[in-house]
Amino acid sequence: MDEERGARIGRLKWHCRRALLELDLIFERFWERHGDDLDTQGEAALTRLLELEDHDLWALMSGKEVTDDPQLMGMIERLREV
Amino acid sequence: MSYTVRKFDALIVGAGGAGLRAAIQLSEAGFKTAVLTKVFPTRSHTVAAQGGVAASLGNSEEDNWHWHMYDTVKGGDWLSDQDSVEFMCRKANEAVIELEHYGMPFDRIENGRIYQRPFGGHMSNFGEKPVRRSCAAADRTGHAMLHALYQRNIKVNTQFFVEWQALDLLRDAEGEVLGVTAMDMETSEVVAFHAKATIFATGGAGRVYYSSTNAFINTGDGLGMAARAGIPLEDMEFWQFHPTGIAGAGVLITEGVRGEGGILRNADGERFMERYAPNAKDLASRDVVSRSMLTEINEGRGAGPYKDYVYLDLTHLDPQMIMKRLPSVHEIGVQFAGVDCLKEYLPVVPTCHYQMGGIPTNRFGQVVIPQGNNLEVPVPGFYAAGECACASVHGANRLGTNSLLDLLVFGKSAGEMAVEYIRDTVKTHKPLPQDAIDRSLARLDRLNNQKDGSNVHETRLVMQRTLQKHAGVFRFNNLLKEGVGLIHEVAETVAHTEIRDKSKVFNTARLEALELDNLIEVAKATMVSAEARKESRGAHMRDDAEDCPEHPNGRDDANWLKHTLWFRDENRLQYKPVQMKPLTVDSVELKTRSY
Repeated sequence: MDEERGARIGRLKWHCRRALLELDLIFERFWERHGDDLDTQGEAALTRLLELEDHDLWALMSGKEVTDDPQLMGMIERLREV
Repeated sequence: MSYTVRKFDALIVGAGGAGLRAAIQLSEAGFKTAVLTKVFPTRSHTVAAQGGVAASLGNSEEDNWHWHMYDTVKGGDWLSDQDSVEFMCRKANEAVIELEHYGMPFDRIENGRIYQRPFGGHMSNFGEKPVRRSCAAADRTGHAMLHALYQRNIKVNTQFFVEWQALDLLRDAEGEVLGVTAMDMETSEVVAFHAKATIFATGGAGRVYYSSTNAFINTGDGLGMAARAGIPLEDMEFWQFHPTGIAGAGVLITEGVRGEGGILRNADGERFMERYAPNAKDLASRDVVSRSMLTEINEGRGAGPYKDYVYLDLTHLDPQMIMKRLPSVHEIGVQFAGVDCLKEYLPVVPTCHYQMGGIPTNRFGQVVIPQGNNLEVPVPGFYAAGECACASVHGANRLGTNSLLDLLVFGKSAGEMAVEYIRDTVKTHKPLPQDAIDRSLARLDRLNNQKDGSNVHETRLVMQRTLQKHAGVFRFNNLLKEGVGLIHEVAETVAHTEIRDKSKVFNTARLEALELDNLIEVAKATMVSAEARKESRGAHMRDDAEDCPEHPNGRDDANWLKHTLWFRDENRLQYKPVQMKPLTVDSVELKTRSY
């Protein structure tokens, strides 16, 4: 991994530290599975999701809320994959 | 060597509820105030608090602070300092109203007053019947509170350093606190934050247990820093547990599940609660259920590869009922246990939720340590509030909704004391010692240069499993004794952690290693303090503390009505008396705790 990407991924990983355990666990699983193959579109989608408030994010992750934003939908699906 | 120094009047470490509340006090007084935080303020763990904040406003029915005080002391099984409890309960209404003025959107009743709901353990007329005392903002009380406090801080010009990891407490030769060293995650630069007053509001250390409801950020950073700087940790044997968290994940399964007919089973499929509580069975009280689960596990009837959890069975229940009344339980099972609870058992285990102990403070938020015959001498320039501190209001067991109250009242109190100290006593910055940041640099150098060391993730897991088994929700004499040796072995391993990634920008491997340095201090304090306390009290329950007329529930007031202080450097314990005398009212007299 080049240095610049390494820094971006490091920052994203840290931003996955959330106030709610449920989200921490979902992001931990995501990085274990997809950390190596996250492309720039994936990075962009994840960055947008991480800007949400924790309760709103959990509502999307738990399926209580849905979004019709195609970029976010794909990432939410990957995050929810069990 | 030369290093960057940033000077402030006041420094607050941690931007959850307690830190933000303290910062308002200092910024409003016109002092140059910095808040250091490892995550963005509104992502602090305070967000997870849903229940509300306790205050005897009496908006729906008669209530008063004295009843609230009684409930808190009783809930804490008489280990609470009654001066601190009176102080907190008397300040509660003012704290809630202030928050309302900061813009907190509390739920309301028809006449416009704040809505209040009942909550476990909060009663009217000294334990007579439940009372509506909890003020909430839907199920997002903590979240709304943080936003209100953060906005207020922006208004009063508090300066935030976001994504900075505090490393070590700075004390001079006289023991006075002069700030902290901290690392900028963006660059890995280590900076000395030099302050006239320093307030720790770093939250709890729930990640010290294998099964914990706490978010990953709760690594007890303030406790680790304090312990390394010679400050004792108080009452660390007291941790609140919840009976049913998903094994391996910690996510809570609501107790409502057992109310709807959920059954606990051991590895053999046996409904074991029939043996422990023939009448109430799975609906027995929290402590009875947790104790029974642990007994099954410790006697070899746990499930899974490590035989370290039991099952919660919902498969006999109507699937439509589950999906209608308990949809989140189904989702949690799928997401965090890989289990469809309509068809399979959920793996569950008693799960750590809240830390009652912490950095010892008085009711003013001043950190107090023993010196000679005086057991509570304030450390000049040092304050603590919230879950990282032990005031001690929660004693041996916390009442729900008292945690948000604690952080508001003692956050403000610590802020007020720091204002007074800066204004009247310290006035100018005391010089930093020449070698101020050497200790932190040495820790980082050790980590960067470690060869053939231990893996951070694996070491943390061993620590968490050790604590879960040896100082869990229910404690066994032989396991406690064994655990003390084991946790010191883990500490040796922690001293030799190695990271492969040496990069400087957002190096999460390094951050996790630094967090483990803090967690291990909490783990040692917990294990040693728990082994030593030869009674059952509140959340500390031992199998060998006999329930007899002299010691109801195993509580031994003659010998153990005292606070534990654990000192890291000599790994020694000292005790100090519980403050039984409140400020203005009669003491809440000792009696057996029953509900």
